[in-house]
Amino acid sequence: MKKILVLLVLLTMVLAACGPTAETPVVEQPAAEVPVVEAPAAAGVTELKILWAEWDPANFLQEIGNMYEAETGIKVNVVQEPWGSFYDLTAAQWAARSDTYDMVVGDSQWLGQGVVQGHYLNLTDFFVERGIHTSVTEATMKFYGEYPQGSGSYWAYPTEGDAVGWAYRTDLFEDPEQMAAFEAEYGYPLDVPETYAQLLDIAKFFTRPDDPFNGVGYGVGVYTQKDYDGMIMGYENVKFSWGADWYDPVTFEVEGVVNSPQAVEALEFYRELYSCCAPPGTSNAFFAEMNDAYISGQAAMIMNYFAFFPALANPGINPFADVTGYFTGPAGPYGDRYVALGGQGLSVHTYISPERQQASLDFIEWFAQEDVQLEWALLGGYTCNINVLESQEFLDVAPFNAAFAESMGIVKDFWNIPVFGQMLEPINRIMHAFLVDGQGTAQEALDQIAVEHRQILVDDGILD
Amino acid sequence: MSNEASSKKQSKWHLSDKGLVSLFIWPTLILLILVNIFPLFYSLYLSFTNYSVISNQLPIWIGLQNFINHLQSEQVWTYFTITGRFTIISVAIQTILGFGLALLIREKFFGSGILTTIILVPMMLSPVVVGLFWKLIFNPGYGIFNYLFFWTGIPLTTDWLARSDLALWAIIIVDVWMWTPFVMLLVLSGLSAIPDYLYEAAAIDRASSWFQFWRITVPSVAPLVLIAVLFRTIEAIKSFDLPMGLTGGGPGAATRMISIDIYTRAFLGQFKTGQASSLAVIVLVMIVAVSNIYITALNKVKKG
Repeated sequence: MKKILVLLVLLTMVLAACGPTAETPVVEQPAAEVPVVEAPAAAGVTELKILWAEWDPANFLQEIGNMYEAETGIKVNVVQEPWGSFYDLTAAQWAARSDTYDMVVGDSQWLGQGVVQGHYLNLTDFFVERGIHTSVTEATMKFYGEYPQGSGSYWAYPTEGDAVGWAYRTDLFEDPEQMAAFEAEYGYPLDVPETYAQLLDIAKFFTRPDDPFNGVGYGVGVYTQKDYDGMIMGYENVKFSWGADWYDPVTFEVEGVVNSPQAVEALEFYRELYSCCAPPGTSNAFFAEMNDAYISGQAAMIMNYFAFFPALANPGINPFADVTGYFTGPAGPYGDRYVALGGQGLSVHTYISPERQQASLDFIEWFAQEDVQLEWALLGGYTCNINVLESQEFLDVAPFNAAFAESMGIVKDFWNIPVFGQMLEPINRIMHAFLVDGQGTAQEALDQIAVEHRQILVDDGILD
Repeated sequence: MSNEASSKKQSKWHLSDKGLVSLFIWPTLILLILVNIFPLFYSLYLSFTNYSVISNQLPIWIGLQNFINHLQSEQVWTYFTITGRFTIISVAIQTILGFGLALLIREKFFGSGILTTIILVPMMLSPVVVGLFWKLIFNPGYGIFNYLFFWTGIPLTTDWLARSDLALWAIIIVDVWMWTPFVMLLVLSGLSAIPDYLYEAAAIDRASSWFQFWRITVPSVAPLVLIAVLFRTIEAIKSFDLPMGLTGGGPGAATRMISIDIYTRAFLGQFKTGQASSLAVIVLVMIVAVSNIYITALNKVKKG
């Protein structure tokens, strides 16, 4: 028996020795030195593989890829991975430095990790030479492609723009009796809210579970999910619009920023919005639950990413599609107006061959053309191209596109440093308890988050 | 030649008993080593390192630091407390209810077979599915739970999964619903093994029903009850899919059991593989310790 045990341990040690390799240490500075290979090195490449999440926009990108194949003969294969395991798969590919995928349509929050650990090819010269960086809105270039922010170094092409927007029931908002009753109660006409204070008034007005109007008993649905970044994305809309932020963009200091008086006010407001007016059972809700609350006729307004609004505009899915309107996130009390960023940018992996890098750049250059971007938008993709966003053709193609185009100019994002995942955890743990269960105060919650965020940044060497 | 040569040739290819044993055992053993033993020892090794699976760096040996950090962390102790509270309450209720149900089901009556099958259905379902549909049942807007128990004074608007004082109880209710049949099944098999003559002899001696229960029924089924408790305790300590599906560990961290904490550290954007492995090792040691206590008790009961 002892011999078998010794054998097992030896075998385990041998197998362990064959474990992960660490050929390349983590680079702390952006791996900007990988040069962009000039044409015509792409010769011989017959297929490009792009990794993305499994959802409709990836199907649209596949259609765009088919167009590219028809023009150039190079096949584009968009490989789709379910959202739940998309990051895990990407991270595993990165850890192995795998050249399976030429490009990845990565989340904006992954940018720091992709750059610092040397997974993303530096696209700065390529973008500047071709003017690609100025063809998209400034905010989308900044949050989807630039790292560090303000550095002028670009690593991804803003591909699927997205932001948190709002859907509302026009039959409620335009009902003469409701309009008169609202004006009598609040002293101003019932309309799409321009400020969060108005949004709260409207949410309260339509929250009457015992006397629902047109079946609607609750005013508003907001994100509360604590598993990843759902609740954080919801709160961000309010936080940024209150003039608060997660960190000082220059010093990266969090103490006094994440828990600033404006941030505390914003959290108190978000808590009030949830506790007064959200449909019951939405205490751990994200995009699916928001659409459910709306489609089931429970809520007068919901927040959700624009990427999930096509379902609301589809009468086959949403019985209220014909009476659904959309608006951009309103302004905060001090004049700031921002919306939380979603969406992804297209990056090229550094460890594919120079030929495949060039072929990938050729594809991005083709994809970034205005006519292709219009085609992308008409298919249902959310373009970030300035001219396409302003075109009447784009604005008319879907009822929410006007609100989307407006949002693309006022987006703001969460941390995108390599330890962004660690920054999510304390917020989810602490803020969720306050938000849905009223534990403690907003000040206490944000103070504790500031302490834990600071510790993560100190441990990572970002702060002293 | 050639009979002798041919028989020698045959014996060369003859499979000895030992060879046959090896042929059966080694494929299984190799599979076991690859998918079970190796990951176990590898995660044990990782628990002494600061390894992150996405960092593209080799694990760096940090000795007992992960274990020290965990054992000094108030949060980790809180999660262990939540796990312990859930385990004790849930297993205790399941044992009592399972025993009671087994006593009822033991009596044969019309439809008892179908009733037994129906009672067993919950434990045959996937915990993830159970979590999802109980989430709907608990929904304060359209779920049926509050309506069914309205008479007890529970307000219809009670959001079981959003209140830190109720969320753990919600998980316990579902766990009890799902796993009481398992305890019942084991106890039932123990009850059916008790020979009728013991009860007949006791009846002749004018022993009361209570006396028969304590002196015949309980000692006879005690080993099986202990086995049921052992299995359920182990499962409850590492319970993951049910609480994850119902509350995700919330609200806040009110129902964050240790398995959810391990998952949060290992995935969800954190990928602290070394930390998660060390916590998993602590849980493993705990389970082994608890199992040993039960097995010692079981042996004592068996010896009488």
